[in-house]
Amino acid sequence: MVSGISQHLIVAPVVLPLFAGAVMLALGRERHRNLNAAINVASTFMLVTVAVALIKTADEADGGLAGVYRLGDWPVPFAIVLVVDRLSALMLLLTSLVAAAAVVFSLARWHRAGAYFHPLFQFLLMGLNGAFLTGDLFNLFVFVEVLLAASYGLALHGSGSPRVKAAQHYIVVNLAASLLFLVGVSLIYGVSGTLNMANLAARISTAGTSDRAFVEAGAGILGIAFLVKAGMWPLCFWLPATYASAAPPVASIFSILTKLGAYVVLRLWLLLFGQDAGPSAQYGAEWLLLGGMATVAFGAIGTLASQDLARLCAFSVLVSTGTVLAAIGMGHVGTTGGALFYLVSSTLGIAALFLLIELVERREPEGGLAAAQRETSREGEHMDDAREVGIAIPASMGMLGVAFIGCTAVIAGLPPLSGFIAKFALLSDALNAAGPQSGRVSAAAWALMVVLILSGLAALVALTRAGIRAFWASPERSAPRVRVIEMAPVVMLLILCAVQTVQAGPIMRFMQATALSLHAPQHYIRDVLGSPSKRPGLRATGT
Amino acid sequence: MEIVLALGIGTLAGCGVWLILRPRTFQVIVGLSLLSYAVNLFILSTGRLGTGRPPVLAPQGIGDPQLFADPVPQALVLTAIVISFATTALFLVVLLAARGLTGTDHVDGQEP
Repeated sequence: MVSGISQHLIVAPVVLPLFAGAVMLALGRERHRNLNAAINVASTFMLVTVAVALIKTADEADGGLAGVYRLGDWPVPFAIVLVVDRLSALMLLLTSLVAAAAVVFSLARWHRAGAYFHPLFQFLLMGLNGAFLTGDLFNLFVFVEVLLAASYGLALHGSGSPRVKAAQHYIVVNLAASLLFLVGVSLIYGVSGTLNMANLAARISTAGTSDRAFVEAGAGILGIAFLVKAGMWPLCFWLPATYASAAPPVASIFSILTKLGAYVVLRLWLLLFGQDAGPSAQYGAEWLLLGGMATVAFGAIGTLASQDLARLCAFSVLVSTGTVLAAIGMGHVGTTGGALFYLVSSTLGIAALFLLIELVERREPEGGLAAAQRETSREGEHMDDAREVGIAIPASMGMLGVAFIGCTAVIAGLPPLSGFIAKFALLSDALNAAGPQSGRVSAAAWALMVVLILSGLAALVALTRAGIRAFWASPERSAPRVRVIEMAPVVMLLILCAVQTVQAGPIMRFMQATALSLHAPQHYIRDVLGSPSKRPGLRATGT
Repeated sequence: MEIVLALGIGTLAGCGVWLILRPRTFQVIVGLSLLSYAVNLFILSTGRLGTGRPPVLAPQGIGDPQLFADPVPQALVLTAIVISFATTALFLVVLLAARGLTGTDHVDGQEP
């Protein structure tokens, strides 16, 4: 637990992007685009430092809880709290790193493809950070709506009829899922009388039989709402078209949105239906496991069937989410730790690939922009400035090729990059779940191993084929002009994957500690509920 | 009163689901609105039904909490109404953009 000024650091990931976005809106969009871009970059990099500070505090704190931030200093079960533990801090850091890469990439050309890119980007970050931090079920809904509203705008960034068509489906699906979310939350509130996650977890173990049925139904409906957002098969039909048609920096940051669904499943499922939940323990585990594996299979078939790189990458998002969900569904500390390692590695790899494919598919030196301009000017919204920003780098094809091989290695799970270590850790823990001496391996672990290895093979085949087509099989095309400012984010994301490989030991220890505290949430519940209020006379009694 | 409310929520939700599955964008948006009405009524109903029960405590003393309505679902439903109204308005803009771009109001952007 921290005190003093650093205690307010917890609320910074929400307040900072809110403030930055509001300032940008007040400045207006046309005259101050460069100033807006500067604010956006500055705010995003400040979020990275805040996230690093929080993850350090969380890792050093006893029990992994960096702090509980009571908004308005109301006693805990009655008002909204923000809670930072290892998992929240990890997700904050991952979000800010991917966001930093996406925003730097967008500076070269994409931020000029439509209005309000920078404010929407900051509001998206605000919603994401808030959703990762909040310890209140209804506040989670509000933050998810904030990020969704921003994501609707960003999905439409650049306009054009494929984007509008895909965004239309995306919006309908997410509005319907949000309504399901509300039904789930209100069912749970109606039975338990609380919206605080820690208080709910404390009450669920003592719930009566009829109440338990309602709580389980509510949790099931809530789960469906988040699995729609995570993209679990068969609820993922909207995802490939939306992600493939979104502008590259937008698609890159969207790779975090599916992980939000996975995060909520991890957080709520392990908190509410962990070992202490009595008869409800492990409620729905088999659905997560089977659904996750079905998602991996669907995504793998999709990657093989995709003809263009953007769709291939969108299906890789499904494979990644499916793997995380299936590993969570195994319900062991070890596999959860492996799943977290895999989540970070695959998100970084997919975000890098989304940025890279636009560079690879750029046909002639100015083709991408010219095409984008034609597209946007048809809709009456035109780029006000066709000037390119930044310096072109030499040997662009060679750089792109190496970066593509790096992305392939991370996504397919080949050595030497982090994808291999992630899958190895995940599978070795799944196979040893019954204990290394017993020699017994559950059927679920065998199935998970087969599905994961086949999906890796499918990703390898699909990406190699796409790479051959892009780099070798088109001799007549000239090398694309790529700017340092566009290549740097991709290289940065791949370097992060390399760091994850070199520092695999300490990072894996952190992931295992995170998984351990998620599977034993007593510490979390006690610290959140026991968080003392400075107001005299207002004592927390409702536990 | 419970049966009337339950039937009302059920009818709204049923109509909403049917309309969401229709091929025209206008039908979809009306369906979403009906569904959000159903959900809002459902949230309100989780605070238990009753008349003449104020949600705010009386100034002269708390008295029996059983005589008061639960204010939390009312606060939740207010938030939910605002959010669903805003997102529906936003969706309406996207529908108009899609209508302008594709020249049709079919949800897939082309006539089957």
